[in-house]
Amino acid sequence: MPDATKTTAAEAVAETPVAAKVVDGGEASGKPRSLWGDAWRDLRRRPLFVISAALIVVLILVAAFPGLFTDANPESGDLQNHFLEKPNLGHFFQADWFGYDRQGRSIYARVIFGARNSIMVGLGVTILVTAFGGLVGMLAGYFGGFWDSLLSRIVDVFFGIPFLLGAMVVLNAFTDRTAMVIIGALAFLGWTQIARVMRGAVITTKHADYVMAAKALGAGTGRILFRHILPNALAPVIVVATISLGTYIVAESTLSFLGLGFGNDSFSWGSDISDALNDIRNNPHTLIFPAGMLSITVLAFIMMGDAVREALDPKLR
Amino acid sequence: MTITDKTADVPAPRSGEEKSGRLLDVKDLHVEFHTRDGVVKAVNGVNYSVDAGETLAVLGESGSGKSVTAQAIMGILDMPPGKIPQGEILFRGQDMLKMSNEERRKIRGRKIAMIFQDALSSLNPVLSVGYQLGEMFRVHDGLSRKEAKAKSIELMDRVKIPAAKERVNDYPHQFSGGMRQRIMIAMALALEPDLIIADEPTTALDVTVQAQVMDLLAELQREYNMGLILITHDLGVVADVADKIAVMYAGRIVETAPVHELYKRPAHPYTRGLLDSIPRLDQKGHELYAIKGLPPNLLKIPSGCAFNPRCPKATDICRTEVPPLVPVTEQDGAELVGRGSACHFWKETIHG
Repeated sequence: MPDATKTTAAEAVAETPVAAKVVDGGEASGKPRSLWGDAWRDLRRRPLFVISAALIVVLILVAAFPGLFTDANPESGDLQNHFLEKPNLGHFFQADWFGYDRQGRSIYARVIFGARNSIMVGLGVTILVTAFGGLVGMLAGYFGGFWDSLLSRIVDVFFGIPFLLGAMVVLNAFTDRTAMVIIGALAFLGWTQIARVMRGAVITTKHADYVMAAKALGAGTGRILFRHILPNALAPVIVVATISLGTYIVAESTLSFLGLGFGNDSFSWGSDISDALNDIRNNPHTLIFPAGMLSITVLAFIMMGDAVREALDPKLR
Repeated sequence: MTITDKTADVPAPRSGEEKSGRLLDVKDLHVEFHTRDGVVKAVNGVNYSVDAGETLAVLGESGSGKSVTAQAIMGILDMPPGKIPQGEILFRGQDMLKMSNEERRKIRGRKIAMIFQDALSSLNPVLSVGYQLGEMFRVHDGLSRKEAKAKSIELMDRVKIPAAKERVNDYPHQFSGGMRQRIMIAMALALEPDLIIADEPTTALDVTVQAQVMDLLAELQREYNMGLILITHDLGVVADVADKIAVMYAGRIVETAPVHELYKRPAHPYTRGLLDSIPRLDQKGHELYAIKGLPPNLLKIPSGCAFNPRCPKATDICRTEVPPLVPVTEQDGAELVGRGSACHFWKETIHG
């Protein structure tokens, strides 16, 4: 099943220039047009992409500079004044906008400060997974034979471990669960999908005539791999990586919810959701806001992934 | 950048072969592919040679082993499944089959370059044409990006691509088929190699463009005094450009001859069949001749002469004995330079 999807994606990428030419009608627009250039032009005109990109930019700003969005301290609560105070939806960007939690802490501030850990884990895992999984997949696909068998079996072994269950087991072994530890644990279990996609894409690309031509004109293995094969095999990998970024954020929240992610000394939407469970009926606002932020974030990345996939894969149009 | 200083930087050990002047000498080359169905004998003892400034056309049907021979010379055969059980490929007297991968890689592009059939799929779609041309200079000569670009523009002018300066950053899909093939030629020519192998360079092009591309190739070859191996199945293309022809059938050379000799008096029934199957204006209304049957299955090549099941002149000896490539002579025994035929009945074929 995954084989089928990745092959079509890779083929589609190879055909993109042809499709672009047809659209262009051979009329020289004056500017050279690469695959990525075409994809970018296409993306900019997609509402799905524009909306998700705007959301992601805001989220990244929030993650990087939470102080810009709130003055309230997410850690210090005032039980006397703010115990479970209801949201005050008219007070934009103020401490009581989303109300207060059981400890009297501003939910708005906690939601804002929680973004950093989620985004950091999402991005960190994606970067690690793409680099490592991509490298393994590329080597397996390009060298084939013994190396392919060896690496593919290792991939299969890791693929067999349930992602969340595996992460729970791994994280259970750590008492001090910093962002690095969580990123490491998720990447350790999550790299196989990218490796498989990359392997498939490299196998379809390595038989291309231009790879043969590059060889015949004296290019070495490194140049062939990184200059000629990688750019042509990258598109399906980017699509999978963007979409799975959202799932890593979900995974982090789930782990925090279960008490195996970020601890109480840190901020995480997952642990806030977990805290809110105690009295959802009386105080639903303690659940709705962190859960809503989580959903919006994941949605933004998945929408982005879809938009990128459509831009890189003209067959889906 | 003249021819003389180019030959000067060729590795030193080439004392004896200087006399023979052979640029490339393929000797008794065999190539097989080990597949699930058995051993496919794609090339079975090919001998040919090319001198500087000379054009050798290798003619044959699909599957006759002409492209595989070229790939073996370039060292870009997929091995496995490919295997070279015996033979020598001497480039300036040095056997390339005995060289290390690194040594061979240094020869590719710099000393021997190749032009492929389908220029669109032979150019990387995500890299601009200028980048791909410039890559030759950056990899082999270590030039900077800027210098390489300037060189690329020069090359594109060389192969007569209009507005080279404006188009250097364009991508392959923005060029027409003929222009793409010119870019392939430019890439092959970039480092002024001693030998170019063109594997059906015009097959993917329409007829008018074919002529332009062939003229360009011939002109550049003369200018640089390169050896050229032209692989084709198009007898029309060959006639104008080649100096000598080697006809291949089932992985062997069945006839060699200077180009005009071959058209005038073929010495092998297969060559005769090929020539007879060219449509001719003076035979309008007649049925076009075709060689009966199919090319042999390379898994089980017929015993004796591989062509015997399709040959109108085949007799018992053709089914049992493999005919060697023998020199062809005039009826009175006078030598015909460069001619050879692998047919038991070459005398009857050429003189009768």
